[in-house]
Amino acid sequence: MIDKQIQGPAEAVADIPDGATVMIGGFGEAGSPIELIHALIDQGAKGLTVISNNTGSGEVGLAALLKAERVSKVICSFPRTANSTVFPDLYLRGKVDLELVPQGTLAERIRAGGAGIPAFYTPAAVGTPLAEGKESRAFEGNEFLLERWLRADFALIKGRCADTHGNVVYNKTARNFGPIMAMAAKVTIVQVNSVVRPGGIDPEAVVTPGIFVNRVVEVPAPAHESDLVAAGVTYP
Amino acid sequence: MMTNAEQVGWSREEMARRLALDISNGSYVNLGIGIPELVARFVPEGRTLIYHTENGLLGMGALRDPREGDPELINAGKRQVAALPGAAYFHHADSFAMIRGGHIDLCVLGAMQVACNGDLANWSTGEPGAIPAVGGAMDLVAGVKSVYVITQHCTKEGQPKLVERCSYPLTGRGVVDRVYTDLAVIDVTPEGFSLVELGPQARFEDVQERTGARLLRR
Repeated sequence: MIDKQIQGPAEAVADIPDGATVMIGGFGEAGSPIELIHALIDQGAKGLTVISNNTGSGEVGLAALLKAERVSKVICSFPRTANSTVFPDLYLRGKVDLELVPQGTLAERIRAGGAGIPAFYTPAAVGTPLAEGKESRAFEGNEFLLERWLRADFALIKGRCADTHGNVVYNKTARNFGPIMAMAAKVTIVQVNSVVRPGGIDPEAVVTPGIFVNRVVEVPAPAHESDLVAAGVTYP
Repeated sequence: MMTNAEQVGWSREEMARRLALDISNGSYVNLGIGIPELVARFVPEGRTLIYHTENGLLGMGALRDPREGDPELINAGKRQVAALPGAAYFHHADSFAMIRGGHIDLCVLGAMQVACNGDLANWSTGEPGAIPAVGGAMDLVAGVKSVYVITQHCTKEGQPKLVERCSYPLTGRGVVDRVYTDLAVIDVTPEGFSLVELGPQARFEDVQERTGARLLRR
């Protein structure tokens, strides 16, 4: 019998070691697995490399993980947002490294990692400072840059519903990086509002097949980052 | 010189409305952050436009009632939006396959600088202490069929944003097709900037004076 359900966020992230590379889903607050991130803060792992589109807002979720100085490097496309002060402060003080990646290149590097493609060519960033040091090649008369895959030790993502086999469906634009990060990590941990038995999700509706998911955690009423920030909540 | 600057040209909403007039029926359109977000409000009557937002939605519309918003249904600017009938959600790699693969007809972006050869700078001033943030702009300009820029004609300090050569780090080389400002609509042509239309009360000479490169009359 396969049962990937884990009792709670703390148990789900317990074995993430110091120095791990962790993909964290979300575009802004949509799809940000706040409860898993908070469990990772409680757990104490440090020296992490985080791959995520943004760097969080206020002092909750991803921003709180940064504030706790557990992250040595961020690979992302847009490290600032409204109410985002933690990352800029750490970056300007030299406390965290940044690898800035165009958003579509970030997504494709993650997809490639999950698909076993070590590198690919893209037209994005040709002729810009982000092309510096990158191998380029002409195809059909146009210039393209060679980009490498991204893979991770762990992925923390958020869905709406999963079954105990790890099949996942998402909620609206909270899907964003979830499906590709699930493919690109050795261990993928998904928090969902509800866990159902096999058969509880129409196979035609499955977005991430369970083969890409290792652990499923039920968080019935996940917090929204903007609500926490508006209420002045800080974590821990 | 223009003496009543506040009465000359288009407001931000009027700029967005003017741009929307030029989008043909049935187009798939990506809207960037800032003034571009306003364009979604002004679909001309009789046309159906499908708005794409890079974070995974085709068929984006404005929220009619803010109380109906969902923090998990947002646009690229991270503001809450609506999914219209016929909408579709998808993940980020598919979203950028639409962009990079040439499936999106038009994207509308903001700008720090546009050069007369179509170079665009819209992600960083390159100054020490600036936090660089690129988002999806470099992918958009590399893959979308047409690129429109919508921006104020000058910076808050009065410097031209339409220039001979960009001094800020580039987003893409030779990518901009047309620019919509508060003062004019301007095409980027092989000969340089070419005036398409003047805003209300705007005079050619004044627009030229506020433009950092030669402006052709046609």
